[in-house]
Amino acid sequence: MTYAIEGWFAVDDDGVVLLGTRCAACGTVCFPPRHGSCPNPRCEGTDLEVTRLPRRGRVWSYTSSAYPPPAPYVAAQPYEPVTLAAVELDGAGLVVLGQVAGLTAEELEVGMELELTAGPLADGPLVWMWRRAS
Amino acid sequence: MSGGVVVLGTGMHPWGKQGRPFLEYGLAAARAALRDAGIAWTDVQYLVGADTIRNGYPGFVAGASYAQALGWTGARVASCYAACASGAQAVDLARTRILAGLCDVALVVGADSTPKGFFKPVGGDRPDDPDWLRFRLLGATNPAYFGLYARRRMALHGSTPYDFAAVKVKNARAGALNPMARYRATVTTEEVLASPMVADPLRLMDICATSDGGAAVVLASETYARRHAAARDLVRLAAVSTVTPTFPNTVLELPNFATDSCAAVPPPERPFRAAIAHAAYEEAGLGPEDLSLAEVYDLSTALELDWTEDIGLCPPGEAEKLLRDGVTALGGRIPVNPSGGLASFGEAIPAQALAQLCELTDQLRGRAGGRQLDGPRAGLAANQGLFGHGSAVIVTR
Ligand SMILES: [Zn+2]
Repeated sequence: MTYAIEGWFAVDDDGVVLLGTRCAACGTVCFPPRHGSCPNPRCEGTDLEVTRLPRRGRVWSYTSSAYPPPAPYVAAQPYEPVTLAAVELDGAGLVVLGQVAGLTAEELEVGMELELTAGPLADGPLVWMWRRAS
Repeated sequence: MSGGVVVLGTGMHPWGKQGRPFLEYGLAAARAALRDAGIAWTDVQYLVGADTIRNGYPGFVAGASYAQALGWTGARVASCYAACASGAQAVDLARTRILAGLCDVALVVGADSTPKGFFKPVGGDRPDDPDWLRFRLLGATNPAYFGLYARRRMALHGSTPYDFAAVKVKNARAGALNPMARYRATVTTEEVLASPMVADPLRLMDICATSDGGAAVVLASETYARRHAAARDLVRLAAVSTVTPTFPNTVLELPNFATDSCAAVPPPERPFRAAIAHAAYEEAGLGPEDLSLAEVYDLSTALELDWTEDIGLCPPGEAEKLLRDGVTALGGRIPVNPSGGLASFGEAIPAQALAQLCELTDQLRGRAGGRQLDGPRAGLAANQGLFGHGSAVIVTR
C-alpha cells in the first residue's frame, strides 16, 4: 500500500488517523505535521511530537469540483466530481481539508459529523478522506 | 498630510485574453501612467515591478524587465512577488523610499499574461510545496476554496445563490461602463444562475476569470508633485497595509490543508481579512464611515460579500442587505467595486492591486466617466495574497 504522502496519515488496526504534531512546551497542535519550531509566536518550543489527531469532526464547509482539477491532480477517466470537506476536528481546535468518499455535495451539510477514512487517488496511492460517521 | 506621497499618474492596458507577452501590457500601462503624470521615463528615479511567476525569467525580475523595455536609464530598481498582493507591496516599497527621502518620483508596474483554465502550480515534482500538494492530494483549485467560503456563508448567514448572482449583476453593470474591463456586457440574475456549476455552490459567472492585463502608477513626494502638477487636485496615498495574519489564523486559507489550531491560544480579535483593512484605517486615521467607495477582492461573488463586512461597511451577515438596498451599487451611498471588480476584469495577478488603485485615483480625480461618483473624498482597496500577504490601500483627497 503506497501513501500519496508520507507521515501525514496512517492506516493501522484502529483505522485511519491523521498525524499532526503537538508542541511539548505550549500544546499547540498542527496539521500537516511540522518540524523545527512551534507556530505560536510566543513560544520558542522546538520539541514537536507526532500526535494522532481526533478521527471525527463536524463539517466547517464543503464544495465539489464540476470540472477536472489540473495536474498534478490525476483525474479519474471518466471524471467523477471531486468533493471536498473542511472538517473541524473534535477537541483539536483546527479545521482539516480532505476529499470526501461516498457522499456528494448534495448529501453534505455544514455541521454534519464525518470521520476519517482513506481512499486511492486515480493513479493508485492512498490519501486521507472523509466519510459519513459510523 | 504635508510631506506625504501622492499618486501622480495612473495607466492601464485594457484587460482581456490577447495572449501577448506580459511586457507589452506592462510597457503600455507604464507609458500611460507617465503621460498621465506629465513626466518622462527619464525623470523616474525608482522603478518597482510586481513579479509574475508564469512568465519565466523576465517575469521573476519584472522591475529590470520593464526598465529594459522602457530603455536603461540607471534608475534604482526593485522586483517583488507577493501573489495577489504584489501590486500593493510594490506600491509600499516605492512609497517607503519616497517617505525616507531617498527619491522623489517612482514608477510601479504590474502585468500578466495567463494561460486558459484554472491557475495551476509551477510544474515539476515538488512534494514539499503546499501549493503543489493541494492539487496533487486533493485537486483543490482556487475556486474550490471560494466554494468553501461561499457554502460557509450560506450556512452562517443564510445567503443564497440569488444573493451571489446579484453581486455579479451589480459588478457587470459597473464594468459595462469601464473601457479597461474585459467583460463589458450587463448580465441578469437568471444568466448567472443558468451558467455551469464550477465549485458548488459557485457557478461560472460567480467566479472571476484568469486574464491578461497591465496597470501602473507614478508615485511622488508631495513637494515634487506640487512643482510638476501644481494645478491639479492631489490624490494622497494615506495608507498601505501589508500585514500578515495573527496566530492562530482560524480561517482555512488558500493553499493550506488546515487552519492553525486555537486549542492552546485563543483566536485573535480580528480575523485576517478584517485585520488587513483595520491596519490601513489606523495608518490613515480614518474609518469605514469616511469612505466614499471601496474596491474589494471579488474572486467570487460570495467573497465580495465577505469583504464588504471585513472592511467594516456593515456587521457580519448584513452585506446582502446593503446589496439589496443598492447601497453598494453605483449611485449608492458606498459603491463597492465601481470599476466592475474582478468580475469584469478577471485576474492578472501582479496588476490587480494596482488596477484597484487606478480606479480609486480616477474616481477621486473625477475622471471615471460613466462610473463617476459624486465628489468622492476617500477610497479603500483591499486584496489578499496567497500565503498570508495582506493588502489594502487608502487614498484621500
Ligand atoms: Zn509551542
